[in-house]
Amino acid sequence: MQTRTTDAAQFQRASDQSLLVYLGQRITLEAHERVRKLLRLLERKPIAGVRNLNPAYCSILVSFDALKLNHRDLEEILRGYLDRLDATPIPKGRELQIPTCYGGEFGPDLHEVAALHGITPAQVIELHASVSYIVYFLGFVPGFAYLGELPEALATPRLDSPRRSTPPGSVGIAGKQTGVYPFATPGGWRLIGRTPIPMFRPGRKVVSFLSIGDRVRFTPISAARFATMENA
Amino acid sequence: MSTIQVQTPGLQTTVQDLGRNGFGPLGVSPSGAADPISLRLGNRLVGNVEDAAGLEMLLLGGTLVFPRGAILALAGSDFGAILDELRIDVGTPVEVRPGQTIRLGPTRSGARCYLCVQGGIAVNAFLGSASTHILSGLGGFQGRALRKGDVLRIGSASKDFRRRTIAPRALEHLSPRKVLRVTAGPQVDWFSESSLRSFYAGTYRVGEQSNRMGLRLEGAAVAQQGAGQMITEGVSLGAVQVPAGGTPIIIFVEQQTTGGYPKIANVIAADIHRVGQLRPRDEIRFELVTCDEARSLLVEQENMLASPELILE
Repeated sequence: MQTRTTDAAQFQRASDQSLLVYLGQRITLEAHERVRKLLRLLERKPIAGVRNLNPAYCSILVSFDALKLNHRDLEEILRGYLDRLDATPIPKGRELQIPTCYGGEFGPDLHEVAALHGITPAQVIELHASVSYIVYFLGFVPGFAYLGELPEALATPRLDSPRRSTPPGSVGIAGKQTGVYPFATPGGWRLIGRTPIPMFRPGRKVVSFLSIGDRVRFTPISAARFATMENA
Repeated sequence: MSTIQVQTPGLQTTVQDLGRNGFGPLGVSPSGAADPISLRLGNRLVGNVEDAAGLEMLLLGGTLVFPRGAILALAGSDFGAILDELRIDVGTPVEVRPGQTIRLGPTRSGARCYLCVQGGIAVNAFLGSASTHILSGLGGFQGRALRKGDVLRIGSASKDFRRRTIAPRALEHLSPRKVLRVTAGPQVDWFSESSLRSFYAGTYRVGEQSNRMGLRLEGAAVAQQGAGQMITEGVSLGAVQVPAGGTPIIIFVEQQTTGGYPKIANVIAADIHRVGQLRPRDEIRFELVTCDEARSLLVEQENMLASPELILE
């Protein structure tokens, strides 16, 4: 209806002060890289009147001051950015580790997840820690990284009714995604472990432990190691 | 150093300014005053810049002591404020003498009252803003709503008391409106003609579970056509999202930055401040406008706010 297509992207008005820029229609590495490229261009050369950028799997929501900018002009300016997308290099993401204590009080849903897939809890841990995940984007709450993709054998539906509160550091899985809850928030992902590493660190120069495009591995640790690290 | 001592905190009193923009890539939402226009007016009444930090009170105000006095103004909803024995009005600055106490009660109009002091509330900025983000415990005063015994610092300012009032014409323009104007949401095509008709014809009640993150609405469920799979994407302020159950939620200032529910509509920029004055059980309706109409309404509102006749001295 309001969608205009260019070769590189589709524009969709989200509100009178925001525009969605779709850079793909499915969750793919290609779409992710295009999101990172456009984000990088917009961060390096900000558009006057743009207030905020919200990258996601295959889109960026561009919010703007409607007194200074309108959709038509913004789309025109963005076309210039999109033309430069292919020629834009993106830095290689960092390789990071998230030490995780699986099961027990830290991962109350580990056994249920194992039962759902007909495997043992140890196999769930092994599978979860077996691959390197990409940080597709940070969203939902400060420092929450959408990590993908889970091994197919671990793809698990969300809880039927979300928990009212999830302990900070909880490692959850939902569908083919995994992530770490930075704060005690409500959450519908199934919790299989917890990390002692704070995901969001106000006061530090780099406030979020993870950034878009990073590569992440979960490494199993013992409860004793968790306690030592938490108090470090 | 001037301070405010919190004798009773009220239901939920937080430090707010106009929010932090530009941290979407970290998952950080702007937060800030739920009724930004009232905060801006309150600040102007005491001679502050518009985005100085003030106190946002929700439904029931607290009791605050000013050991060294202050110049303050209330804006937004009327919480029946009393300074020692004297009733003080919303929209008129008052000079508080050292040791005086201001008592605020339950609301007599909308959801939020703002208390602005000359010099602003002084807290350490987090990502460039004083506003409290309650869910993550960041910003504002220790990242939380005020508690009994808290002591807030007032920013330094040369004491300059002037009688000021807000022009009646402006107050009339800003008076509560229970019809929220919206533009079509990005997933409007996911809803059938009949769903859209019932959405715009229907009355919705603001649910008790509503907060700064979002307003849960009660009323006729909005059915989606088919069962499409949404890919999580950025959510704009004021988005009216429709979860599987079909009862809409208005995404508000302390919002989740991304989400996976389809959005049927979006409250226009000029009406966001009205959402901040909605109380639980208030009944609202939605009215569809175009983006161009929405922009004209915003321009008109900002012109009114910029007019030299807005604040009468």
